[in-house]
Amino acid sequence: MSEATLNTATEAKNPVSGLRRIIMMIGLMRESPAGMVGAFLVSFWVLVAIFAPLISPFEPNATLVPFMKPGAVNPDGGTFWLGTDHIGRDILSRIIWGSRTVLFYAPLATFCAYVLGIVMGLVAGYYRGWIDDVLSRIGDMILSFPVLVLYIIIISTVGASGLNIVIAIVFASGPGIMRIVRGLVLDLRNRDYVAAAQTRGESAWRIMLVEILPNARGPLIVDACLRMGYVIINIGVLGFLGLGLPPPDPDWGGMINETRQMALIFPHMTVIPCIAISTLILGFNLLADGMRDISLRD
Amino acid sequence: MGLTRLIVNRFLFGLITLLAITLLISLALEALPGDFAEQRLGQSATPETIAAIREQLGLNKPVLVRYAEWLGNFLQGDMGISLSNSRPVAELLATRLGNTLFLAVASAIVAVPLALFLGIVAALYRESLLDKMISTITLAAISLPEFFIGYMLVALLAVNWQLFPAISSISDSMSLGEKIYASLLPIATLTFVIVAHMMRMTRAAIINLLQSPFIEMATLKGLKRSRIIVRHALPNALSPIINVIVLNLAYLVVGVVVVEVVFIYPGLGLLMIDSVTSRDLPIVQACILIFGATYITLNMLADILAIICNPRMRHPR
Repeated sequence: MSEATLNTATEAKNPVSGLRRIIMMIGLMRESPAGMVGAFLVSFWVLVAIFAPLISPFEPNATLVPFMKPGAVNPDGGTFWLGTDHIGRDILSRIIWGSRTVLFYAPLATFCAYVLGIVMGLVAGYYRGWIDDVLSRIGDMILSFPVLVLYIIIISTVGASGLNIVIAIVFASGPGIMRIVRGLVLDLRNRDYVAAAQTRGESAWRIMLVEILPNARGPLIVDACLRMGYVIINIGVLGFLGLGLPPPDPDWGGMINETRQMALIFPHMTVIPCIAISTLILGFNLLADGMRDISLRD
Repeated sequence: MGLTRLIVNRFLFGLITLLAITLLISLALEALPGDFAEQRLGQSATPETIAAIREQLGLNKPVLVRYAEWLGNFLQGDMGISLSNSRPVAELLATRLGNTLFLAVASAIVAVPLALFLGIVAALYRESLLDKMISTITLAAISLPEFFIGYMLVALLAVNWQLFPAISSISDSMSLGEKIYASLLPIATLTFVIVAHMMRMTRAAIINLLQSPFIEMATLKGLKRSRIIVRHALPNALSPIINVIVLNLAYLVVGVVVVEVVFIYPGLGLLMIDSVTSRDLPIVQACILIFGATYITLNMLADILAIICNPRMRHPR
């Protein structure tokens, strides 16, 4: 089960990571209690997302009995373990199906942001000169603007949809990744093995992707994990502000937005999706903490 | 490069960023599907009425012309007219901005000393039980979205125990005490979030400092711990700490948007979100510009202070 977890964390930079490596990582992870808790939380939600059709008690969009408190019994059979929302949808089922939404869009957006950030960072750090100046300046400009306001501009312009959320996140987090990659490349490009590859007459792209990138992977994996947490927060915030995925399909942030006017009378409608989001983010943050501990130990 | 020139460069870069952002906003909102004139008229929209409204609001001019006019007027203090209720934007913004500043300043007054204290204590007694407790709690706190903390406070303090109002209705006629009472929950939420971030950054900065050679030297000389901290560590810690404070004030600018929506606090953030929905371009532009300008200025200030405090930054490799 941890395999799926680590895959999400590593896919950002290394799609052909060997099984052996993953098993080794799990072994190392055992030494970091925080990392273990994080791995547990993340794999819990990954399992929930995978087995959503089997464990979800009701249809996520079916309107049953509105305003049910947690634990109330459905007159037509079954129990609303976490209650129902204002139009009678079972909250537990929506949380379960909503985990699919967030665990699909967050890794996808993080992955795309990494592809863009890595390419830009490699080019800027390896070629330097004017292309570095241009890319870095554009990156600085995007980074010196509040992320949330940037999301609001983008989403309110192109409209709220899954694809547009991914675009907004890539646009806003690409420059940050570029900055990290560029820093790593500036350090690595003067190594002997890069000089050797240059002498062998290897192409610039081969040197960047095969010689430099794999040696920059350590900090990038940790950053990817942390960034995944931020992306989940941001998807949640967008949903909360009513700029997230369009209804009716379950989305945790959107669930909070739809029911927040009733937060005073029926707190369970808002608090439960909040808890779901928070545990997943906490999972990724702890996992990143654990991995940093391990990478510092080496 | 001279110090002044570096600072001027940094300042100009901030200004260019701001201009680029306003241009981006104008172009972006122009591309929105649908048109304000159509939306405002709704059912009664005929080609003639739409044309009349567009003429009256100046919507039929090219984007760049409108952008230039808007920017020119903005610099003279005229932020335009709200498209939805025909009142001057500056007037609508004034009270909202005041409310937001009140929220931000109140949170900063509580959060900054608290975070610095906790951060320094955690760094000095590193690896102690206290440090581990503070670090775990703050790691959890930064993992929680602001709205989660907000709703937890609402559920506990406003619904269960009914101590504080869950919705912060602020008006100018209220006294300072009443205002603070009404906005206690949003202040608490913001404080919690900021303290967590700021404390972690302070702790990291101080630990980093305590590991530097001159502190080790002082320890090896056999100086007392209190003397090391007061005479050797603190003067050098000033620059990272100032940086941490300013960066977190910038973070506060963004955090305030979500918290205002949670507590329906009548500030600039709520106005911005509402205006995005109703597509009130002049208000959105002005709000974004205010948020952006504050954020960019604070970031710039952090960079400039860092350049002044740390001579090594003046010679980037």
